[in-house]
Amino acid sequence: MNDPNTTSGSVAEGRPIRVLIAKPGLDGHDRGAKVVARALRDAGMEVVYTGIRQTPEMIAEAALQEDVQVVGLSILSGAHLGLFPRIVEELTQRKIDDVLLFAGGIIPAEDVSQVEALGFKGVFGPGTDTRDVIEFVRENAPRRV
Amino acid sequence: MDAQEIVDSLLAGDRRALARAITHVEADTMIGREILRQVYPRTGRAQTIGITGSAGTGKSTLVGAVAREERVRGRTVGIVAVDPSSPFSHGAILGDRIRMQELTSDPGVFLRSMASRGNLGGLSETATGVVDLMDVFGHDVVLIETVGAGQDEVEVATTAQTTVLVTNPAAGDEVQSMKAGLMEIAQIMVVNKADLAGADTAVAQLRALLAIANHDAWKPPVLSTVARANEGVAELVDSIDDHQEHTRSDTHGAQERERHVRGQIVALVRAGLHREVFEIDKVNSLLDELVLEVAARNQDPRSAAGELLEALPKLWATPEEM
Repeated sequence: MNDPNTTSGSVAEGRPIRVLIAKPGLDGHDRGAKVVARALRDAGMEVVYTGIRQTPEMIAEAALQEDVQVVGLSILSGAHLGLFPRIVEELTQRKIDDVLLFAGGIIPAEDVSQVEALGFKGVFGPGTDTRDVIEFVRENAPRRV
Repeated sequence: MDAQEIVDSLLAGDRRALARAITHVEADTMIGREILRQVYPRTGRAQTIGITGSAGTGKSTLVGAVAREERVRGRTVGIVAVDPSSPFSHGAILGDRIRMQELTSDPGVFLRSMASRGNLGGLSETATGVVDLMDVFGHDVVLIETVGAGQDEVEVATTAQTTVLVTNPAAGDEVQSMKAGLMEIAQIMVVNKADLAGADTAVAQLRALLAIANHDAWKPPVLSTVARANEGVAELVDSIDDHQEHTRSDTHGAQERERHVRGQIVALVRAGLHREVFEIDKVNSLLDELVLEVAARNQDPRSAAGELLEALPKLWATPEEM
């Protein structure tokens, strides 16, 4: 007989990975963000999509309230070196130190090391195969419960 | 963090502890169950409001508008927004933050998106718990938004003290089909997008339906709103306040609370039974056998279900083979 006091069954299927996909800054082109969001959904993940023109504060608040394991940022405006540090700062202020960060969009090769130094584990440019993003998230997402 | 640490931080107003507690409750972990056990005696302070209706009726926009109106009245707001999981991948896109942009940077608002995660009626199980957490955290109002597509979602709406059913003008057929189901669980009806043609007719139809329905002390009002333009929203919140007062009144309060709690317990028992029964391997083997019999038309589904139910006490009592 099953012990009703164990969590087996209810948890056995595993909790889907929760991911926040956000677009910081002012560019309004979110096709890439949507493609990634759909690919992650189709890989069985729960994707919170915030829409465009998010402030660093909105992104950090969303990560906090939604308790996501992963935050993916899409940016095409070229403002990544201005915005990403502010987002990391907002996350740190909220003591969110256990999320996997990755970025996508237009991030010139010479900026990648700076972005990585901020704590971003993955930087995906145009032409990335969504399967690579899925694999990256699956392998690196921290466990929550 | 263990359950005690999470409860302490949650009660001290730590938003991150609230978020983590919800994660545990949503995953139905031991810690999650312990948290709910500990905080339950402190629940019951918040107004809990379910908002349901078909896809596209403007629920998210209306929830946003109601939340803003509650903020204008000086109340803090917790929002639980449920979106469907894909039945194929089990993944989900949770997009309610898009329609509630300006609320997401308001420290008086906490918005949590939830995926329905499909099966077993477990959604109402977890949603009830999440609402309890939002309540004990100290929110004055907790709004639960669900896709009113199926029984499970209807049940979620009933986890709230006040259920608001949202429909649109020119949904005449829909109004007809609602007679039996959703109409009976809603305490307030809203015709949203009332700037479209046919709004008056829709309101009149709903009022006519309600007039012939059998009701207790509370008569569900029918309101019209244009959530996008914030029209009729203050009236809706007034109406919600009226119903909340009704559920807390000396004359009807006890009865309302018992109705509400009974619904919660029954939903939890149903979900728990379903889960426990189909966790038993022998139940599943018998089910597989019966499926073959019924598929070959050697037996009818009703007899097959009867056979399984009859065998259940024995299968339940027998220890599982490892």
